[in-house]
Amino acid sequence: MHKQFQGSALARALAISAAIGVGALAGTPTNANAEDTITLGSAISITGKYSQEGKNASDGYNFAVKAINDKGGVKIGGKPYKLAVKYYDDESTPSRTAQLLERIINQDGIKFVLGPYGSGPTKAAAPVTEKYKIPMVEAEGASRSLFTQGYRYMFAALSTSDQYLSPLIDLAAELAEKNGKKPGDLKIAMAFENDPFSLDVRAGVVETAKKHNMKIVVDDKMPRDLSDISATLTKIKALKPDVILFSGHTKGAATSTRQMKEMGINASIIGVTHCESAKLTSQFGAAAEGILCPTQWSETLKYKDDVFGTAMDYNKAFLAAHPEYKNVPYQVAQGSAAVEIWADAFRRAQSLDPEKLRDALAATDMQTFYGNIKFSPEGNNIAKPMVLRQIQGGKYVVVAPTKYAADPVVYPRKAPQ
Amino acid sequence: MTRPSLALHLVLLVAGIVAPFLFPAHSVQFAVFWIFVLFAMTWDTMGGQMGYNSLGNIVFFGLGMYICAVVQIGLFYNVGDYTAASGEIKIDFTDQQYYGGLALGVFLAAIGPVILAVILSKVLFGLRGPYFAIGTLGVAIAAAELTAAWGWVGGGGGISMPVFPGGPGMRERFFYVACMVTTILCYLFLRWLYSTRFSLAINAIRDDEDKAEALGLHTARYKMVAWSVSAFFMGIAGALFGNMTGFIEPLETAYPTLTFGIFMVAMTLLGGKGTLWGPIIGATVFYTLRELTWTYLLGWQYIALGVLIIVNVVYFQQGILGWVQARKPEWFGIRVETQPARAVKVDGKP
Amino acid sequence: MAGVIVPMWDNFQILVTAPVFNVQLILNGLSVGAVFALAAYGLALVWGVTSVKNLAQGDFVMMGGYLGYELSLHGVNPIVAIVPVGVLMFAYGWVIYALIIRRVIELDLFTSLLATFGLAITMQQVLNLVFGPDVRTLKSGFGRFELLDGMVDITQIRVVAFGLCIVLAVAMVLFLRNSRMGQAIRATAQDPRAARVLGVNTDLVYALTFSINSAICGVAGVIIAMIWVIQPFYGIAYSVRAFVVVTAAGLGNFPAVILTSLGLGVIEQYSGFILGAQFQQATVVGLLLVILMWRQTLLRRHRLALQ
Repeated sequence: MHKQFQGSALARALAISAAIGVGALAGTPTNANAEDTITLGSAISITGKYSQEGKNASDGYNFAVKAINDKGGVKIGGKPYKLAVKYYDDESTPSRTAQLLERIINQDGIKFVLGPYGSGPTKAAAPVTEKYKIPMVEAEGASRSLFTQGYRYMFAALSTSDQYLSPLIDLAAELAEKNGKKPGDLKIAMAFENDPFSLDVRAGVVETAKKHNMKIVVDDKMPRDLSDISATLTKIKALKPDVILFSGHTKGAATSTRQMKEMGINASIIGVTHCESAKLTSQFGAAAEGILCPTQWSETLKYKDDVFGTAMDYNKAFLAAHPEYKNVPYQVAQGSAAVEIWADAFRRAQSLDPEKLRDALAATDMQTFYGNIKFSPEGNNIAKPMVLRQIQGGKYVVVAPTKYAADPVVYPRKAPQ
Repeated sequence: MTRPSLALHLVLLVAGIVAPFLFPAHSVQFAVFWIFVLFAMTWDTMGGQMGYNSLGNIVFFGLGMYICAVVQIGLFYNVGDYTAASGEIKIDFTDQQYYGGLALGVFLAAIGPVILAVILSKVLFGLRGPYFAIGTLGVAIAAAELTAAWGWVGGGGGISMPVFPGGPGMRERFFYVACMVTTILCYLFLRWLYSTRFSLAINAIRDDEDKAEALGLHTARYKMVAWSVSAFFMGIAGALFGNMTGFIEPLETAYPTLTFGIFMVAMTLLGGKGTLWGPIIGATVFYTLRELTWTYLLGWQYIALGVLIIVNVVYFQQGILGWVQARKPEWFGIRVETQPARAVKVDGKP
Repeated sequence: MAGVIVPMWDNFQILVTAPVFNVQLILNGLSVGAVFALAAYGLALVWGVTSVKNLAQGDFVMMGGYLGYELSLHGVNPIVAIVPVGVLMFAYGWVIYALIIRRVIELDLFTSLLATFGLAITMQQVLNLVFGPDVRTLKSGFGRFELLDGMVDITQIRVVAFGLCIVLAVAMVLFLRNSRMGQAIRATAQDPRAARVLGVNTDLVYALTFSINSAICGVAGVIIAMIWVIQPFYGIAYSVRAFVVVTAAGLGNFPAVILTSLGLGVIEQYSGFILGAQFQQATVVGLLLVILMWRQTLLRRHRLALQ
């Protein structure tokens, strides 16, 4: 067959396509930092399964960039710089994230990176930034496996994912004892999405449950494109557990809340991650009552900084700027915090040299509206606790840890009418 | 081989070799480009030359990726412990361990998929037309789901690949060369294969399998070999791509049935299927457009790509090469009356 | 290994000792299957009549869901919204037919697959731009039925979905069998050239078939938004499922498409219950492969018998 293509046609066709190809690829502008702008680069999920979460994160980035620029930007050596973010779409796919980070670093010449959404993409991004010695502040990858590889250039604003639901197990044990039950008698039913983040949440729960000698009766993994979990819920219904846990990003939260109500399932304690991002209160109303939601941040906490003021101020300002949100998911807040961490590092380093900035980032010790930030040698934030909120009367109320609790937890959860 | 053709090959080869030196910042993009070319070429062996439209070739890619990862890590560590969600083990390889593991991994990543192709060919080749397409799609989806449910290889949590020991610039160049060499070897092999009786046999299967069989052609054997060839190169590509990406997981990286799996079909049809160079040109155009729209039309990239594909199939139904061929048959050394009427083929209705 | 087998055995034991949960699984499975049946039915219709394999099937579903969502924002009850959404999607199908499908209809399998793939990714991103990437749901305002002393629950909306699916299927069968247009459609499906010779306007038949499919998908989308969730990029799961069902059922066999959907829905529930949710999809595609294989053996035996 190929014999047909000898001669000049092939030559012409190839010459043209090769010319287009090389010209186009090479023609990508190298966004060398304009004179007074510091460009941060980020590959974030604009399309694909995590496009909603990706939007939360980039809204957080943009909001903080604007706020910092409005306050005059970042001064380095007496000269004010504005911040800007250059985005690419990673299609919610880790392999794309890795390629795009190469592009951000090599072709665009960007030396400061903001993380992607999700532990999977972050796991793909970290080896790239590490190799080029380009510091990355990430706010949306929480899996512990990110912090065991000795990455020196990755800094995470958030707490690790094993801390999402394991405090809830401790809480269940405590409440059971108070009510005259042995923690060892408690039965846990849980379903987690099959991705690095949720599996690490699961690992945290399994470890804690073992400590209390609790029995895990249902332990399902939800495929990413599963829209119906009624089979798992039927099993839960049959086994009548005391604790029910779900973690599957936004879709998992919405699906589980809706179907638990539809199938009349209840337990003393129900924990779901990503409640705020899934807009549980506004979408499901009474069905969401009493659900416990771990969160990286709550607007009721007493943190503050110079850019946004208190957590509550941030909450108000963001909702005013983005009326499409009913409340501020922590994914947004930590995105903003990541930008603040960068701004702080620029100020302290007084330089645009990646190596100096890395050292400045490693020495970060600050308070933001999002919480205290201080990195362990592995790069995770160790200065900020996770808090547990319960949906009470359509509002998110902090119930644990006791230090921050605004109201006592409603226990056992009442079945929604 | 006529002289212009030889000259052209040389020009392209030189371009391929100097590309990463001229544009070092684009090495990874170029490396992925070679992989895309390989996708299209190996798909065309089945879909174009033999008329078996597989939607599941990606299964060899993913299998190769996972075999290579498990070999690289398993030689020195316990894979199950390494992939545990808490990820407490940190891999630290010497150069020797890394390259040794990689070499063995790539080797086995080529063999494993061939074995799978042989097994699958016994099972799936009885299916014809759309049934074969959906059957292979089913295999690919099942492979992804089962890998995701298999805790030992990390399940949906995936595997972080060992880090390349060399410096920043070295790694891109290493994988660029590896991808390029693999793709060129694949090209040369297919070129040779299509010049033998083999190509006549698989074309005969495409045109009328029952008649070919009636004429005494061992169709089952030819089909098996054709698929094994695809599997062999796809497995290597998977192993290299996994190492280049640095982190692999089943659904989006190893078995991306609905992205790469469809892309390879799109690229082949774009360039013109059933030809040696059609897939290559299709891949070049597709990949270039994809990278361009992703850079310049952020937020609109899928719309641009989708519209491009639609316009392509609505107006350039024979693919780029086919379109050129229909306009200027003399360029291809074909006399006009033998111009193939393949473009208007109606597939079997129920 | 025992760590995997034991819970499975335990789960199986539940079904034996408390048979009431079988009822729950079957009811849920039937309602899940009914929803998939709608998308699969439309696909089978288009595939059978025009031989176009619509890879954008799931995205038509999502678009219908979003139209329903938009209408509900303007105070339209979602159940009522099914009607205008069906009409809008019918019109949309017609436009898509005129612009794209019409030109690829006579071409081979993969051309239509590719064209609709292009359509699918375009639609995904347009939906994303118009409605945003948020996961959306619709409130049907229905409650649920409790059967067998509250041991079994089924939401009324699922019953409605099941009913709608049956009504649509019956209506389609009657339409195809009795109406003039239905006969024209069936004639075109059997032999487009002969139909054309006999004076059937096949172009109109194709357009109508595709638009009907689009409308059915739209209705399915509204129902899905009421039962589960919609998101611009979630359509692909429904496309794949529709293809699985149609291939398993065999082309041109409409009742079988419905039965296969319902059957797969139930089987999926059982596999999710006994094996765990992570094996639900693998079971479905595994089953598809088994069915294909089985059919192939039958075919071979048939061929041998002929010889």
